[in-house]
Amino acid sequence: MNEYPTRLNDDAPMVRFSKVSKRYGELTVLDELDLDVSANEMVSIIGPSGSGKTTVLRLLMTLEDVSDGVIYVEGEPLTHMERDGQLVPANQAYLRRQRSKIGMCFQHFNLFPHMTALENCMEGPIQVLRLSKQEARERSLDLLDMVGLSDKRDQHPIRLSGGQQQRVAIARALAMRPKVMLLDEVTSALDPEVIGEVLNVIRKLNAEHNLTVLMVTHQMGFAKEISDRVCFVYNGKIAEAGPPSQIFDAPQNPRTKQFLSAVLQAN
Amino acid sequence: MFDWKWDFTIEILPRLILATFNTLMAAGVGYGIALIVGLIFALAQRTPIRIINWSVREAVEFIRSTPLVLQIFFVFYVGPQFDLRLSPWTAGMIAIGLHYASYLSEVYRAGLESVPQGQWEACRALNLSTRRTYFRIIIPQALPPALPGMGNYLVGIFKDTPMLSVIGVAELMHTANALGSESYRFLEPYTMVGIIFLAISLPTAFGLRTFETWVSKTLGMSKSKK
Repeated sequence: MNEYPTRLNDDAPMVRFSKVSKRYGELTVLDELDLDVSANEMVSIIGPSGSGKTTVLRLLMTLEDVSDGVIYVEGEPLTHMERDGQLVPANQAYLRRQRSKIGMCFQHFNLFPHMTALENCMEGPIQVLRLSKQEARERSLDLLDMVGLSDKRDQHPIRLSGGQQQRVAIARALAMRPKVMLLDEVTSALDPEVIGEVLNVIRKLNAEHNLTVLMVTHQMGFAKEISDRVCFVYNGKIAEAGPPSQIFDAPQNPRTKQFLSAVLQAN
Repeated sequence: MFDWKWDFTIEILPRLILATFNTLMAAGVGYGIALIVGLIFALAQRTPIRIINWSVREAVEFIRSTPLVLQIFFVFYVGPQFDLRLSPWTAGMIAIGLHYASYLSEVYRAGLESVPQGQWEACRALNLSTRRTYFRIIIPQALPPALPGMGNYLVGIFKDTPMLSVIGVAELMHTANALGSESYRFLEPYTMVGIIFLAISLPTAFGLRTFETWVSKTLGMSKSKK
């Protein structure tokens, strides 16, 4: 681990992947991937399935361990800490502090089924941030209002539509006040008619909250409209990255062209 | 055909009722031990520490594959050879408690495994501690699917308490045997024991079903309207 700095300079990006690899036995999912995401930037990750795009988010959320390389968040290693000038695996306290900067929404929402929409949002603020019940409640009600679900606050997830569940999940993640928000195919499991309501919330999120957003999506139109930058991941590497106009209208890499034409045909 | 004596039945009833309390106590205490130790067994099998994980798994497998009555004898009669002298009650409670803890740990394990992986990931994403993840998110969801199995073993442990009679715990079976040998009449004592077991098992089973429905409703996980 000596080749990696124990912390980055003050001008470091919000998130940096430095030669990050992820292997499962023989299978290499990410292969020395480099990626910088600046504060308040909205980055979309696109690519064929199995290319490793979801793994990027899962590593950043510490749902999986990095095989090689270092991820930095706000210039500090995510899963390593410094000891005697060396990077060593981080302890729980350090991990939890770093993890608190990141929030995530999942393809299948993963709401807590035994809690109401409001309780789902209040759980983290009360149990982790140690907010009072009153504060947590106010914060959660504000967020449920933002996602347009004030009237559903006392419903359990099972009584909500997919689109409504995903909006609760977004509110739940925002209630923790993360600096980086990860959206993992948040519309893939939704019926076409409710995709719009979730996308509207994400637009709002980008406009109203100072959030760095990293999202994996299959909604090319949406990625084009909202992203500051689009990364095309192929074979565990970022094959091409740039503003949406470049990626969608004038892709350079033949793989990107191939992927986009396949996606467009499917639509 | 039947040589049923009502006056004898009434005569032995007080002693049987007294023994019923012992039976209920044995089942209750044994089940209490099993509930707690079973949870410890189940959680121990999920730790990343290999040696704990492996030894608990093997112990559970061992207990489940050998007869309860052997385990009762073992704790009671082999213990003293290692200077571990236990009263019949203590030995009995340890044996039956551990026996059912092993079965319950499997029920818990199945319950825990029924909670989708995504729930664990959501907890991680919210930065919940391991303890809070278990107690606030995972166990409440693992409970409803585990309840039927837990209920079956409650009735099961109750019906297995007669095994404790082999080391002299004065529960129903032991008392019925004593009454029989004193009077040379076995029809009435054994029949009454059967009736008492039935009279407790059936309502318990019914109560458990009602409780299961109530729990999944309270946790808001069933689709029916409240």
